[in-house]
Amino acid sequence: MSPSLRDRILRLSLGTTALLSGSVILAVVVFLFREAWPALASGKLSHFFTDLKWQPGSERDPQFGLTPMILASFLVTVLATIIAIPVGVGGAIFQQFYAPAFLGKFHDRLLELLAGVPSVIFGFWGLTVLVPVINRWHPPGQSLLAAGLVLALMILPTVGLTARSAIRSLDPGLLKGAAALGIGRPATILRVIVPAARQGIGAGCLLAIARAVGETLAVVMVCGNIAQIPHSLFDPVRPITSTIALEMGYASSDHRALLYAAGLILVILSGTLVGWQSYRKESFKPRQAG
Amino acid sequence: MKIGRTGDTLLGAFCAVAALTGVGALIWIITDLIQLGLPHLSPGFLTGEVTESGRGGGIGPILVSTVLILISCLTFAVPIGVGCALWFAEIIPEKSHVGKLLSASIDLLASVPSIVFGLFGMVFFCQILGLGFSILAGGLTLACMILPIVIRTTIAAMQAIPEDLRPAAAALGLSRSTTLGKILLPRALPGVIVGITISVARALSETAALIFTSGYATRWPESLGDSGRSVSVHIYDLAMNIPNGAARASASALVLLILILVINLAASFFSDRWFARQSATHSAIHG
Repeated sequence: MSPSLRDRILRLSLGTTALLSGSVILAVVVFLFREAWPALASGKLSHFFTDLKWQPGSERDPQFGLTPMILASFLVTVLATIIAIPVGVGGAIFQQFYAPAFLGKFHDRLLELLAGVPSVIFGFWGLTVLVPVINRWHPPGQSLLAAGLVLALMILPTVGLTARSAIRSLDPGLLKGAAALGIGRPATILRVIVPAARQGIGAGCLLAIARAVGETLAVVMVCGNIAQIPHSLFDPVRPITSTIALEMGYASSDHRALLYAAGLILVILSGTLVGWQSYRKESFKPRQAG
Repeated sequence: MKIGRTGDTLLGAFCAVAALTGVGALIWIITDLIQLGLPHLSPGFLTGEVTESGRGGGIGPILVSTVLILISCLTFAVPIGVGCALWFAEIIPEKSHVGKLLSASIDLLASVPSIVFGLFGMVFFCQILGLGFSILAGGLTLACMILPIVIRTTIAAMQAIPEDLRPAAAALGLSRSTTLGKILLPRALPGVIVGITISVARALSETAALIFTSGYATRWPESLGDSGRSVSVHIYDLAMNIPNGAARASASALVLLILILVINLAASFFSDRWFARQSATHSAIHG
């Protein structure tokens, strides 16, 4: 075989794998859409927002109000993020500026291990350890708070590790400049380092939020799974992902189509977050270079 | 606003507490799992059949199913992912429209929540391709999910190769395929292997994408067409649906956690060594 023919075959086969890889996301969206279509076409989607209750299996009065689930997804994500961001960024600052080298390295490694813990183990741990603790304090235990806490732990490594990389990749001249100006350590960190690294820190936070919105297992096991609008942190809730996980097994016809529509909503949400993130990356690049 | 010595102490204390929270949580989870799971762990548990829907016996068939799901997942994801990455890194210009489009579609794929992969796999692999609830359908669904990880890590490995090898190979008159197969790929191989290791850990951790694709069966799998649950699905089922399943669930969770910790440690160990060697050869070339 001549080298040029071999090159052509190589290009062709690599191109095919690239085409395949690129079309997976298309296939996912197309097939979700196809399955959700009966619900979209018949205008059932509006039930998501107008129906008050979620009783999809009811023969007499089926209702498909998704509002409590959307609210639950939102609240769980917000709770997890407001816990994980200060803890994650604080840990990264400690690791970079306060900790002795060996301790920093140790902290780093453990955070990487935490990132690898499967979500089902977070969920299981939450169910067997955290929920009973919350239950003793304020029953029933399976609650918005439990879901938020478990989720916060899960996204903590994403926030912490990206914040660390963002701080580490800063121009060392910034630190020297701040030292030359006689600025103290706390002011250097809060006024110079964190603002300079905000792009990277923000990227980590967006990724963490996208993960929190889409997380299923860790949440379904601890959130209590009651479709209601929560009145306190201790009320059970049921986010969108949990609803899909719990009902997909037996859903049929309209109910099934609406679950696929809910899946489509999740894809759009996380796609938007990630798209926004890469848009930010693009718009930041020239300034960093210049 | 004046931030003096007290400010430094305060900020340091806050950050130390924050750092301790993350580390402490991990240690808390691991010690709890060891306490709950270790008493039930034995060689018989790892090889035994599942009895009483998981309340008794072991997880032998489940480990076999898990391995089969992993193998079918990697069989598809690794060649397609590595091929795509090579095309992206070596064939097309980085700034081209096709390259940008491909990169964006991989980013979007990486953002898809795992439960949605479950929805997709259920309709596409199980129903349209007629695979039913099977190990193969689960493996294919997972392959879609880990594809972005394989692609991204392979691209990173290719980009870490010193740039001057490429013009040097071209100057020697080597064809593109020889350059790629004999020079670039062998150098990138350790990095690619690290990427595959990370993907394996990710695939092992997955539950949501498998519940509706590989099914719930607990018997010994006889072929890839059989339904079989992974360890992660087993933990979920025991904890959620089986009364008094927590004991076996924690033992299974401990097994899964140990597997994943070992795989991740191996990955970071090898990637540290590999990147150290990469930069060592780089400085050897450039003095």
